[in-house]
Amino acid sequence: MKRKDLYTLLLIAFLIVLYPWIVEGNEYFISILVFLGINSIVTMGLCLLMGYAGQISLGHAAFFGIGAYFSGILTSQYSYHPVVAFFVGIFFSALVAFFVGKPTLRLKGHYMAVATLGFGEIFFIVFNELDFLTGGPSGLSGIPTLTFLGQVIEGTAYLYLVWGFVFLLLVFSLNVINSRVGRALRAVHGGELAANAMGVDAARYKVQVFVLSAVYASIAGSLYAHFITFISPSSFGLMPSIMFLMMVVIGGAGTIWGALLGTAVLTSLPEYLRGLEDFEVLAYGGILMAVLLFMPQGVLEGMRKLLKRITKTTRRSL
Amino acid sequence: MSLTSQIIQFFFTGLNVGSIYALVALGFTMIYNATAIINLAQGEFVMLGGLIMVFSTAVLQIPMFLGFFLTVMVVTTLGALFERLAIHPLKNASLITLIIITLAGSILFRGIAMLLWGRDPYGLPPFSGGKPIPIWGATLQPQFFWVLGITGLVLLGIWFFFNRTLAGKAMTACSFNAVAARLVGINVKKMVLLSFSLSASVGAIAGAIITPITLMEYDRGPLLALKGFAAAVLGGLGSGAGAIVAGFLIGILESLGAGLVSSGYKDALALFVLLIVLWIKPSGLFGSAEESELKKF
Repeated sequence: MKRKDLYTLLLIAFLIVLYPWIVEGNEYFISILVFLGINSIVTMGLCLLMGYAGQISLGHAAFFGIGAYFSGILTSQYSYHPVVAFFVGIFFSALVAFFVGKPTLRLKGHYMAVATLGFGEIFFIVFNELDFLTGGPSGLSGIPTLTFLGQVIEGTAYLYLVWGFVFLLLVFSLNVINSRVGRALRAVHGGELAANAMGVDAARYKVQVFVLSAVYASIAGSLYAHFITFISPSSFGLMPSIMFLMMVVIGGAGTIWGALLGTAVLTSLPEYLRGLEDFEVLAYGGILMAVLLFMPQGVLEGMRKLLKRITKTTRRSL
Repeated sequence: MSLTSQIIQFFFTGLNVGSIYALVALGFTMIYNATAIINLAQGEFVMLGGLIMVFSTAVLQIPMFLGFFLTVMVVTTLGALFERLAIHPLKNASLITLIIITLAGSILFRGIAMLLWGRDPYGLPPFSGGKPIPIWGATLQPQFFWVLGITGLVLLGIWFFFNRTLAGKAMTACSFNAVAARLVGINVKKMVLLSFSLSASVGAIAGAIITPITLMEYDRGPLLALKGFAAAVLGGLGSGAGAIVAGFLIGILESLGAGLVSSGYKDALALFVLLIVLWIKPSGLFGSAEESELKKF
């Protein structure tokens, strides 16, 4: 981890710890930050896959769903301990990602996009059709909340729990990026053939990062299920998959910070559009299109460039 | 109804749905050949075709025949606009950016459609009256023949365009090698615009003819696009004839699967086919592996 990253991380952590006091314990504002944390976990993984390994996934909500359904079903219907269910979800997500990823990641860009799209849609259909387990389209309710030493974890405590995971995974991701694996991934992104020639086993690294991103999504799914205690397939369909992708792209897939910024923007956007639900889809499409056309490297990098240009011109005019 | 007549019925229904998949797959193929882009907004052209057809005939009270042409013209213009405003300005864009920009286009079209028409599905009266026609124990609605007939005409027209006109041959040249095409004086950029317009119009036709049978709503696009893409891949991406055959094949398989096995997993079937083809033989049933190795993406 670089020093600059560490300072940014500490600053964000400081703000998160203070947040409950800033909003005076308002449950609604706290829940928004919980969702932001949950989404961030998914987009961090997706950012590793897209920004660093240069692969695309249009089906990540499926892994999010696998985590959520394993936690939900095992704890509510079979009274497993939430921690056990959590790890079972991770295990299955990783397994599915491995078996899907191995053949899919050999394919070239377009095929990868559509294969993950198809795979996500298949899981969406399965969540709907396995109604004796998942409750079908009407959803699964009665998922227990988490407890610690007899105390229910909710509100501020849940916020800290989720963000504890966010920071843990953030530190891990930053270390991955600056390790041998991270450099190998960037080499694959730059040119697979060249990376192979340098002795980087591109196929293996791509599968590894795909599995890792699926594990992230599964963790987020479990945290999501225990937070809202009710899940239905619509949270794990095509649109959520596209939303995760949009968060990464709008913020900028090139860095984890960009992905986190995009997640913050898109998670809070529906709150601004309240009462304008009919415009929501249009707004998402418009924003994504505008960012791609005018700031193809994402808002974070775009802002940085803009700032540089402004300081340059002001310096010149002085 | 006996099992045989049931199977015949499913077969004909599959033929109907299959013609839509074939048209969508053909749309994918045309854009892919001219630009090496997979246009994820392809399904939205179908959706818009259906909904604009409903609007022009039911709300504006335009006669069916004129409404049909109006619909195709409007959607074709939208396709051309999409290319000019979103695809054309991108220079040296990465593959991921290209994929995501067509995705953005599809979300944008869906957003507009939801704003204009809401979330409810719309129906359309069949193109002509007349009684259902019994064939070998199955009964066929007259619209069935419209769908099949118009699909046939479109396919014939496309064949004529690519084989008998200069513009079509120029487009074929672009698909073989864009640089070489430019060297012999073909305006490649114009061909890209043409390919988007053409596949938008094919999509619009598909939407207009299928709406009397299946209804149409704003978010039908993605699944149609996925199944159309499954057909395009099964037929060997880039091969027009392959896409058409595979489109019909997937439609029939899906219809038989829904009728005889389980209707809940109907939509998953085409996607399974897609994944299995991608994993086992990405060059498709009719494509050669060597050829697909040479392609840019």
